[in-house]
Amino acid sequence: MSTARRSRLHVPRPPARPGDTPDFSYLRIPPVGSAERPPHDAPLADTERLAGGMVRVLDDKHRAVGPWTPQIAPADLQLGLRHMVLTHQFDERGMRAQRQGRITFYMKSTGEEAVSVAQAMALRPTDMMFPGYRNQGLFITRGLSLVDMTCQLLSNSRDMCKGRQLPVMYHWREGKLFSISGNLATQFPQAVGWAMAAAIKNEDHVAASWLGDGSTAEGDFHYALLFANVYRAPVILNVVNNQWAISTFQAFAGGEPRSFASRGPGYGIPGIRVDGNDFLAVYAVTQWAAERARAGAGATLIEHVTYRVSPHSTSDDPSRYRPKNEAERWPLGDPIERLKSHLIALGEWSEERHAALVKECDEEVANAWREAVKHGTLTDGPRLDPETMFDDVFKDVTPNLARQRQQLALELGKHPAEETKSALQREIDMERAEP
Amino acid sequence: MTQMNMIQALNSAMDVTMERDSNVVLMGEDVGYFGGVFRATEGLQRKYGEHRVFDSPIAEGGIVATAIGMAVNGLRPVAEVQFADYIYPAYDQIVSELARIRYRSGGDFATPVTIRTPCGGGIRGGQTHSQSPEALFAHICGLKVVMPSNPYDAKGLLIASIEDEDPVVFFEPKRLYNGPFDGDPNKPAVGWSSHPKGDVPAGHYKVPLGVAEIVRPGKQLTIVTYGTMVYVSLAAAASLGIDAEVIDLRSIVPLDLETIAASVKKTGRCVIAHEATRFAGFGAEISASIQEECFWHLEAPIQRVAGWDTPYPHAFEWEYFPGQARIAAAIKATMEAS
Repeated sequence: MSTARRSRLHVPRPPARPGDTPDFSYLRIPPVGSAERPPHDAPLADTERLAGGMVRVLDDKHRAVGPWTPQIAPADLQLGLRHMVLTHQFDERGMRAQRQGRITFYMKSTGEEAVSVAQAMALRPTDMMFPGYRNQGLFITRGLSLVDMTCQLLSNSRDMCKGRQLPVMYHWREGKLFSISGNLATQFPQAVGWAMAAAIKNEDHVAASWLGDGSTAEGDFHYALLFANVYRAPVILNVVNNQWAISTFQAFAGGEPRSFASRGPGYGIPGIRVDGNDFLAVYAVTQWAAERARAGAGATLIEHVTYRVSPHSTSDDPSRYRPKNEAERWPLGDPIERLKSHLIALGEWSEERHAALVKECDEEVANAWREAVKHGTLTDGPRLDPETMFDDVFKDVTPNLARQRQQLALELGKHPAEETKSALQREIDMERAEP
Repeated sequence: MTQMNMIQALNSAMDVTMERDSNVVLMGEDVGYFGGVFRATEGLQRKYGEHRVFDSPIAEGGIVATAIGMAVNGLRPVAEVQFADYIYPAYDQIVSELARIRYRSGGDFATPVTIRTPCGGGIRGGQTHSQSPEALFAHICGLKVVMPSNPYDAKGLLIASIEDEDPVVFFEPKRLYNGPFDGDPNKPAVGWSSHPKGDVPAGHYKVPLGVAEIVRPGKQLTIVTYGTMVYVSLAAAASLGIDAEVIDLRSIVPLDLETIAASVKKTGRCVIAHEATRFAGFGAEISASIQEECFWHLEAPIQRVAGWDTPYPHAFEWEYFPGQARIAAAIKATMEAS
């Protein structure tokens, strides 16, 4: 018996499911170079068209065109390309390692490399970053060693997280990269708080944070934009709109009919929609937002339009919910290919040099893995003393943690039993010993 | 020494820490120009400027989240959540973030944030201005949880909390702001001026976190309590002529089990009293710990006295409140058992 009945409820649908022809006609992609570039301290009203448009710099012939073309030396573009390729190769290796059972979990950023790399290059080393879980390119660009990153993936004896976090939840205090949370969007308003403190201290550092289209639905996104506007915090808030939150299409986060960038002006801060696979465009808008923040004009919301080529994580199988060939049809191409082609068009790169770069990066990753596993894996080799799990809950160990640590030591057979007896057991034994 | 009520003592604690450390900032709803709905931050914006004492949007999740970010950037934020009943929008930021940042970052990042929040009933606040949610925070690893019962402790504990390297949720029993309260709403209110704990040093001092106080030594039974119930417990024991040892925990986390256990081993009888609801309340943890530590010394089953397992009803506030009669009944049951 059918329970179906007529309903007026609108339930968003992606344009294509498995077996369908991929369809990206819902994306509004204006011509390259058509977005105007207001001065970085422009009033909000003069920025509003950026929220519904799209900043694009690289055209189909791989030239940089329009007012957003950034001034970057070819050597820096080559460096950016290298960081992206290294990120890509690191991801490939991480995915393989999970499939081989060497690590429990991995998340690739394939197709989204330009977002992290171009932004890390456009910001200063003194600017603080509050990353999401698909921002490994930030760590790589800022120079965290691949060995350190791999040790984190392995939860081994040199893991910066001391074996407490899922793989990919890195942090790097010296590199000004905050600890990644598994809870979505929480980092967004924290970055605003960091920026508020910078303003309180009258420093011109900027904070930046990233989240996905899906997690803009969280209340933390609202808090971040609200507080950023109220206190005019020097912060860059990035929505990486890769179209998919696991199996949930971006429309479920309210991405239709208006862009995520357009949330910005609603809160009183500029929103810029940018081609997230265009290294030059991402670099340019980040530079604009950073200048604006440093000038005291407050926050910017940037929506990076990109596509999650990889599964959400190693636990995900996207063929169950989207067409297999959808990534190939993505109209904004691949960020690495596009920057490579641009450099070739400039006469600053070649296919041969690129092939050599890929090989070099792959070897660098392989070497890092070889070094990292010497410090142990989840199953073999050196590992931290399990008693370290009681460290860092508080700065100093509290009495009940000290008791539990002792109890664990007993379970592990590490101390003579007498020392670790419970108070009750000691009393029972004493009473029994009495005549 | 100066006579202070609890609000003045809290204000003085913030004043003293702000004076000594320019990284201490205050934020929260109405805390700036107005000085807070309970006046705890009165005069501090005028004294320290609006960059160090400022109003927040009505968004507790945003208040705690931005306080975390400020702490990562070297400040020592004191965030006020106007009523403990309003803290839940911030629960994710407190539980998943604030409490665990030191841990998840292997000790590389720390967030010394103090969250001040008025709690408890007896002020005709109904079910949205009367809650005592301390157990919800005591259950979270990585948070210190504090509840003072008098002006002297309030100031010393708040200074210790602000200067602590770990996050602290600081509950203020608002029924005690203006004076000790023995649970009888019909008696004229008593101020702090006639109470020894209303004498508060003007300068800097700390009451250490994790150390309980024996507010009344006694031999016949131990009452473990904190916050408003300290005075209700004292009055209940006195009305029965029982020589009770009354322990004010002051800190719920870390818990001073040593002081509790030593007392119960001495008296052999124990009543636990708190205003929060009973089921899975903090009293359950205390009771279980005493049983583990003091089983062979107990002469009677441990009794728990608490608010009923209902929301705090506006019209039946005093039937809900765990007053002297409920505590006296528990004391009698404990004394009469074997």
